[in-house]
Amino acid sequence: MVVRRGWRISALQLWLPLGFFLLFELFPFYWMAVTSLKPNQELYNTHVMPLIVYHPTLKHYVDLLSETNFLVWTWNTLLVATVSTAISLVLGVMLAYPLARMNFPGSALIAFTVAATYLVPQPLLFIPMADIIQRMGLGNTLTSVILTYPTLLIPFCAWLLMGYFKSVPRELEDAARIDGATRLQTMFRVFLPLCTPGFISAGIFAFTLAQNEFLYALVFLTDTSVRTVPVGAIAELIRGDVFYWGQLMAAALLGSVPVAIIYSFFVEHYVAGLTAGSVKQ
Amino acid sequence: MSAETERLLFPAARRQQSSALRRWTEREGVFSWLMITPPLVFLAALVGYPFAFGIWLSLESRVVARPGTFVGLTNFAMDLHDPVFWQVVQNTFVYTGAATLLKMVGGLGLALVMNQAFRLKNLVRAAILLPFIVPTVLSTVAWMWILDPAFSVVNWLLVHTGIANPGPSWLGNPHLAMGSLIVVNTWRGLPFYAITLLAGLQTISPDLYEAATIDGAGVLDRFRYVTLPLLKPVVFIVTMFSLIFTFADFQLIYVLTRGGPANATHLFATYAFDVAMSGGQLGLGASIALTMVPPLALMIVALAIYMRRR
Repeated sequence: MVVRRGWRISALQLWLPLGFFLLFELFPFYWMAVTSLKPNQELYNTHVMPLIVYHPTLKHYVDLLSETNFLVWTWNTLLVATVSTAISLVLGVMLAYPLARMNFPGSALIAFTVAATYLVPQPLLFIPMADIIQRMGLGNTLTSVILTYPTLLIPFCAWLLMGYFKSVPRELEDAARIDGATRLQTMFRVFLPLCTPGFISAGIFAFTLAQNEFLYALVFLTDTSVRTVPVGAIAELIRGDVFYWGQLMAAALLGSVPVAIIYSFFVEHYVAGLTAGSVKQ
Repeated sequence: MSAETERLLFPAARRQQSSALRRWTEREGVFSWLMITPPLVFLAALVGYPFAFGIWLSLESRVVARPGTFVGLTNFAMDLHDPVFWQVVQNTFVYTGAATLLKMVGGLGLALVMNQAFRLKNLVRAAILLPFIVPTVLSTVAWMWILDPAFSVVNWLLVHTGIANPGPSWLGNPHLAMGSLIVVNTWRGLPFYAITLLAGLQTISPDLYEAATIDGAGVLDRFRYVTLPLLKPVVFIVTMFSLIFTFADFQLIYVLTRGGPANATHLFATYAFDVAMSGGQLGLGASIALTMVPPLALMIVALAIYMRRR
């Protein structure tokens, strides 16, 4: 619908409401950036106009990187998110391929179970899970979260990939089968290479979910050397009633950067993952 | 049989045996089950088992680092006689209901606004999704600073525009604290609503609007009789998702209020955490977490039935 509109109508219908939403959704990020650049005497002075920085400084960033374990937490977060995403993609494919392509007894029940598992929230399981992790001797190890995050990610990956797999035409697989390829060869040599966009969508989405996880990390990881960024920031930059606001904002901003960069390269894939399952294209 | 013939025959027999195995694994049902068994075992071990163990824990009186004793349904009975538990039930319904409604109305509004042709549309869409992809705990920390009792930027605006002096304590007053949490949850969830509904809007054929216009339908009629009915399935699914995840929210509350002031913002998840982790009563905490199951199961089944019918 490309209709030429007067500027008054377009301001009223488009830019005014859009501006409101953009301001609401983006202001906290502006506020993070501004706060992280303010020296403390400006930060804690109510007589200064707070919306801009008068004397920008990188002191909070320097302190964050030198006085806390922020870099260790960042490394831990990236490691955990990458490994658990990889595990989830492999196991997700193993679920999604048969469910999307084959007829076998029990397939409807398994499809339902996988979808239901995706909707099981962590608060339901963290108490028994904490006990199990302790008994396995995995408390305070990154293994504890690398093992448990896939429980959140596999159902999601399987579900998204199932939708993607169904949209791929069957002809190539049929041709490979007629030429004598086994089912395994057909799957690995013919089918999966066609599905790269689906893997990128599922991978990006799973990665952001893993980065975002907080409850399991909070309960399982109590030692500073194994903490992830969210847990480290909450547990160590807030000590009792003392909030290190400048460092907290610097940590919030830096902690958001890796995921934001990856996201900016794959926005389309991310949106495809986001809307998969609810919108039929 | 000489050794010579045996050597000649043996490979053939083996080939025959392996091709029988191969024929078996090539069967659709066998191949499928061989493929899905490893992930299913993984999920059974790390979702199914903890769930069952959680039910067992909820039937025990169990304090951290001590063996439990079986007490039947005592924990659940204690929950029902706990005034804080009923407060939690009420909080959860207020929080989930209000936040979901705000996200739905705001998300639909933003989707309609963004469904127009304008420059930089892709950039705007990417920017608007940022709150949804940034780790929740980190963006919530920014909100904590926005709502800080002494240095709140909102209060600075209120004071300097003469609306209120001094500004209110956003997280210190029970009602305002709940309101603030609802706003922050809306802030984070609205982009998901908007972008999904926008994708739904874009699947509606322009021909339908054209036909409606020719038949004399105005803007409101087109929205009421074309957009809404066609968008209904997407709205339903997104709303169920939002309900389920808002209902079981933990991060936002834990960071902003820890359930306070005076339990006014405790939800099931944060209260279970308090009882089990801070109070050390694992069995009682597990029973609080498990009371989430009936409403969750109801929503999951409703969603599954709806998606099957489509």
